[in-house]
Amino acid sequence: MLWETVRLAIQAIFRNTMRSLLTVLGIVIGVAAVIAMVTVGQGSTAQVTADVEKLGTNVVMVMPGQDVMQGGPGGTAAKMFSIRMNDEVQDQIPDVAISAPISQTRARVIFGNENRRTDVVGTDNRYFEAARWELLRGRFFETGEIQSGRTVCIIGETVRQSLFGNSDPIGETVRVKTLSCEIVGLLKSKGASTFGSDQDDFVILPLKTYHRRIAGNTEVLAFYISVRDGASVEDTMEEITLLMRDLRRIGRGEEDDFEVLDMKQFATMLSGITGILTGLLSAVAAVSLLVGGIGIMNIMLVSVTERTREIGIRLAIGAQARQVLLQFLVEAVILSLIGGLIGIGLGLGFAILGAKWLSIPFTPDFSVILLAFGFSALVGVIFGYFPARRAARLDPIEALRHE
Amino acid sequence: MAETAVVELEDISRVYGEGEIAVRALDHVDLTIESGEFTAIMGPSGSGKSTAMNVIGCLDSPTSGNYRFCGVEVGTLTRDQRALLRRQYLGFVFQGYNLLPRTSALANVELPLIYKSVPRAERQLAALEALRKVGLEERAHHDPSELSGGQQQRVAIARALVSNPKVVLADEPTGNLDTKTSVEIIEMLQHLNRDEGLTIIMVTHEQDMADYAERLIWMVDGRIERDDRKPRAA
Repeated sequence: MLWETVRLAIQAIFRNTMRSLLTVLGIVIGVAAVIAMVTVGQGSTAQVTADVEKLGTNVVMVMPGQDVMQGGPGGTAAKMFSIRMNDEVQDQIPDVAISAPISQTRARVIFGNENRRTDVVGTDNRYFEAARWELLRGRFFETGEIQSGRTVCIIGETVRQSLFGNSDPIGETVRVKTLSCEIVGLLKSKGASTFGSDQDDFVILPLKTYHRRIAGNTEVLAFYISVRDGASVEDTMEEITLLMRDLRRIGRGEEDDFEVLDMKQFATMLSGITGILTGLLSAVAAVSLLVGGIGIMNIMLVSVTERTREIGIRLAIGAQARQVLLQFLVEAVILSLIGGLIGIGLGLGFAILGAKWLSIPFTPDFSVILLAFGFSALVGVIFGYFPARRAARLDPIEALRHE
Repeated sequence: MAETAVVELEDISRVYGEGEIAVRALDHVDLTIESGEFTAIMGPSGSGKSTAMNVIGCLDSPTSGNYRFCGVEVGTLTRDQRALLRRQYLGFVFQGYNLLPRTSALANVELPLIYKSVPRAERQLAALEALRKVGLEERAHHDPSELSGGQQQRVAIARALVSNPKVVLADEPTGNLDTKTSVEIIEMLQHLNRDEGLTIIMVTHEQDMADYAERLIWMVDGRIERDDRKPRAA
C-alpha cells in the first residue's frame, strides 16, 4: 500500500512537472544555500588548519603585551624586548630549537625610478631557519655581516617584482630610508598567508644594521621561536612564560606584560570566526527553507482544492480517510525530497565552484547532506499535513459535486 | 434464483438542516431491493432520488430509520467502515463519468483494487478483464481525454465492475450522452444484469432509459409514490 502510494504520488507530481518544480524552488534554494555554506565553511577551516601546519605547528611567537598596540599618546607602551632576552630563551630552554629576534617597521624602499612601501625587518639567519625560508638566488647573511652590521639585505619576491621587474636584483643597491644597502639574497615566494597578507612583501637587514641605521635603538619587537621536534609546544610555551617573567622581573601576582602565542591559537581563532559566519549564513538559509515549506503548503492546498473531485472519486470507491491523508502527505514529502535532492546537487556544485574560486579544498560532509535530506522530508511532513488533513476530511458527496 | 434482499430501507428519513429551515429529503421511506434486480428510480428534481442513492451507496447516513445493506446495519457504521463496505460490495457509475484525468483507462479501472490492496499484476489482469467486458480492451492505455463520452462511461462501468461488487449504483449514467450512445450504455447495463446477475440501481429522468429496468420506483417529495415491477421479458 505504501509503495503504491509513493508510486501514485510520483505520478501526480510529474503530471504537472512545471508547477512541481516551481513549488519546490524554495526548498531547492534553502537546501542549496545550507549545503554550499557549510561545505565552503568547512573547506576554509580545513585550509586554515593545513596552512598552519605548513607554517609549522611548532612555531611560537613572543610579543610585548597588548599595551603596545594601544600605546598611543596617553597609553603606556609596554617594554620592548632585547637581544639578550632572546638569547636567554634560546640558551636556557632546551626544547627551544631556534629563537630569532625580530624588529620591524614600515619604510619606503627605492631602486632607480621605482619605489615601494614595504616591511623592513631586522633579524638574523636564525629567522630564515625557524620560519623555513628558502633562497631563490644569492645567499643568507654571513656571520661577519651580522656582527658588524653591514649594509646588506635580503628581499622577498614581491619587492623584487615591484622594483626590478625581470632583471636580476642580486648585487644591486637599494635605498631603505636613508640607507643604501646591497642585495645579497632573494627568498623563494611563500605566497599569501592564512591571514591574507602577502608574506613576500619585505626587506630583511641584519638586526644590528637595522638597530643602528633604521630604528636608532636596540629594541626587539618579537621572538620567532621554533620548538624542537617531538617536544610539547604547550610545555615549552609555559617554560618561555616563566623565563620571560623572570627576565622582565614581573612579581608574583602581577600580570604578564608580554604574550606567548602559538599558531594553533591563531588557527582556533580563525576557525571560530569561520564557524560563526557559517552559522549565521546557515541560519539565513534555514529561514529560506521555512519559506520553501510554506510554498509547498500553499501549492498543496491549491492542489487539494483542484483535485476535490478526484478525492471524491477515491472516497466513493472505498478509500479511507487515512489513505487519502497518506496520499497527500506522501506527495508533499516526495515533493520536498525532490527539492532537497536538487538543492543538495546545486549546493555541492556551488561549493565546488566556491572552493575553486577561494582556492580551498572541497570537503563535502556526508552528515550535513543527510541532515539536509532529512530536514526537507520534515518540511514536507509538517507543511504537507494540514492540506492532507483537509483532503481527508472532505465529504465524498460534496467533493463529487465540486466543479 | 433465490431472491435475497441486498438493500433494506426501513422507515428511512434524511433531514438537512434544523428547525424551520429543515429540508426533509427522504420522508419515512421503506424499500427493499432483491439481489439480481435492475431498478430504476425516477422523479422530478428535489424528489429525493439522489439522496436515496447516496444513502443506499453508503455515502450518506440517514437521519432516522434502519438501513441494512447485505445484512449489515449501516446506520451505526463509522465513516471508514462505510468506506470499507463501499470498497467490498459497491460499484459507482456517475453522470459525469468521474474518471481521473491524465490517468490511463487501465489505471482508472485499477483504482478500486489499489484500495483493496490487490497485488499489481493481479490488479492489471482484473482491470484488463473488466475493460474487455465493456469492449475497451484496445483503449486500455488511452487517457480519458482521448476517449469519447460513451467510451469514458464504459471505462467507468469497468471500474465499477472490477471489484466484483454486489450492487452497482448508476446515477444518471446516460445524462451526458446522445441517444445512440445512451442506448449502447443502457443495453450494456441490461446485459450485465441479465447475463451476470448484477444488481443495478439506476437514477434517471429519461423514461426510455427507465424502460430498460425491470422495476421502476417513482419518487415525489421524498416519498415513494409508485413501485412497479414488470415481468421479465422472455
